[in-house]
Amino acid sequence: MKILVPVKRVIDPYAKVKPLADGSGLDVAGVKFDINPFDEIAVEEAVRMKEADPGVHITVVSIGASECEEQLRKALAIGADEAVLIETDDTLDSFVVANELEFVVRQLNPDLVLMGKQATDDDCNQAGQMLAARLGWPQATFACKVERGVGNLRVTRETDTGEEILELPLPCLVTTDLRLNEPRYIALPGIIKARSKPLTKQQRATQVLPKTRVVRLVSPPPRPAGRMVGSVDELVVALKERGAL
Amino acid sequence: MKTILIAFDQSDTTIGAGFCEALGQVWDVVEIPVDVLSDSAATGLVGACSDYSHIVAVSSMRSKDILARLAGLMEAAMVSDAVGLESPTVFTRPIIAGTVLATVETLSTPVIVTFRPSGFAVGSTSPGQVLKLVASDSAAKRLGAEVRSGSRPDLTQAKRIVSGGRPLKDVATFEQIIGGLADKLGGAVGATRAAVDSGIAPNELQVGQTGKIVAPDLYIAAGISGSTQHMAGIKDSKCIVAINKDPDAPIFEVADFGLVADLFDAVPELASKI
Repeated sequence: MKILVPVKRVIDPYAKVKPLADGSGLDVAGVKFDINPFDEIAVEEAVRMKEADPGVHITVVSIGASECEEQLRKALAIGADEAVLIETDDTLDSFVVANELEFVVRQLNPDLVLMGKQATDDDCNQAGQMLAARLGWPQATFACKVERGVGNLRVTRETDTGEEILELPLPCLVTTDLRLNEPRYIALPGIIKARSKPLTKQQRATQVLPKTRVVRLVSPPPRPAGRMVGSVDELVVALKERGAL
Repeated sequence: MKTILIAFDQSDTTIGAGFCEALGQVWDVVEIPVDVLSDSAATGLVGACSDYSHIVAVSSMRSKDILARLAGLMEAAMVSDAVGLESPTVFTRPIIAGTVLATVETLSTPVIVTFRPSGFAVGSTSPGQVLKLVASDSAAKRLGAEVRSGSRPDLTQAKRIVSGGRPLKDVATFEQIIGGLADKLGGAVGATRAAVDSGIAPNELQVGQTGKIVAPDLYIAAGISGSTQHMAGIKDSKCIVAINKDPDAPIFEVADFGLVADLFDAVPELASKI
């Protein structure tokens, strides 16, 4: 079984970032970057499938500037077999990403695309579903458990009201939610081994243009300062005065 | 210009009216039955939505699942989680766990938008037409579903929410302390990611960047430190109350009212006094 895992380079999700004063972008000076946490969960899940079945082959792919190689190397260190970097400085949106990934899928013919449900920078939650649509593949988003069957996958997915279990024929696309797994700590031998794993660079395959454009970025208005109360009684009075009770 | 609201729930038509009105006078509705899977829903919607400039839905896991697939099929411009509208092609939406507000312009038609109703005025108009989805077969098969809707109001629409974090220890304690106050208030129960991860609360109660986004009149956070990820889900609440024994918990910086206290004392006491 061949698995393709797209990974995105994102601003460290634990870093505090602010928009530039002119609103044209983010002030990323001194900010670290990392693999999108949901994509890391996808890589981890693919590697666990490979550990259960050595016949699994994992390709990771990233689209963006040459620095994305860092995130691809991390995915290789977790245990992916090879990496593809679609090197571009173009401004991308989910639609462009889905189109580029569609091309990679047609090139590599994976049985499964496993990717994060959303990126923690733009919080869009679109690219996976758009890619599945373009491929005409069934999808299971928000996955919290993935089990292999014969020619199919059984995916437990989180829903607005609980959970559901879907059976999807291969090929299919699965997007990962938080509780699918906990990515492993990457030990030094893995990092060293990752340096010698194949990483291919290629150009964009399509000339598709973005369908959305970020006009400006601002900090949201801060909430007005609140106050501390000393007791539950004081809290009840304060809430009644506010009309909240 | 014409808008169609994809309704996944009966209440969507009411809570979505405001956003539809902001887009224009004419808006219709297409209702999606609860058991339709994403691939057949999206395929069916291509036909139902072909005459509309704007295809919109209230933000939810289900609407994101289906509308983003629809955007892929229709080659549509898509905006997720709109909280503001400057024109029918310019929207504002939170990014990076709500720490930054982005203004996004759509560059082609149709435009697909999922929106958070709390960002918009309450609407007063009714839809013109109400269409039914003609769903095709799905390649996937639903083997089972666990719908855990109890007697409490829906989190995303509740006027009052009581949420708890990991200090609640276990399922029974969480239900007793947090559920007890919520029931007293006639409200919903929410939880932090940490509480859900540690099995104290079920996943559908998670509030935050990757869980439910809520905007109640009253949000009571008990034993919640206030991670950026959690704050992303609650900052549009009208009144936030934080009860935490750690006086340095970041949640106190955003709370309207803060009480430094042991939640195991303060929450039952609060329940007994309202």
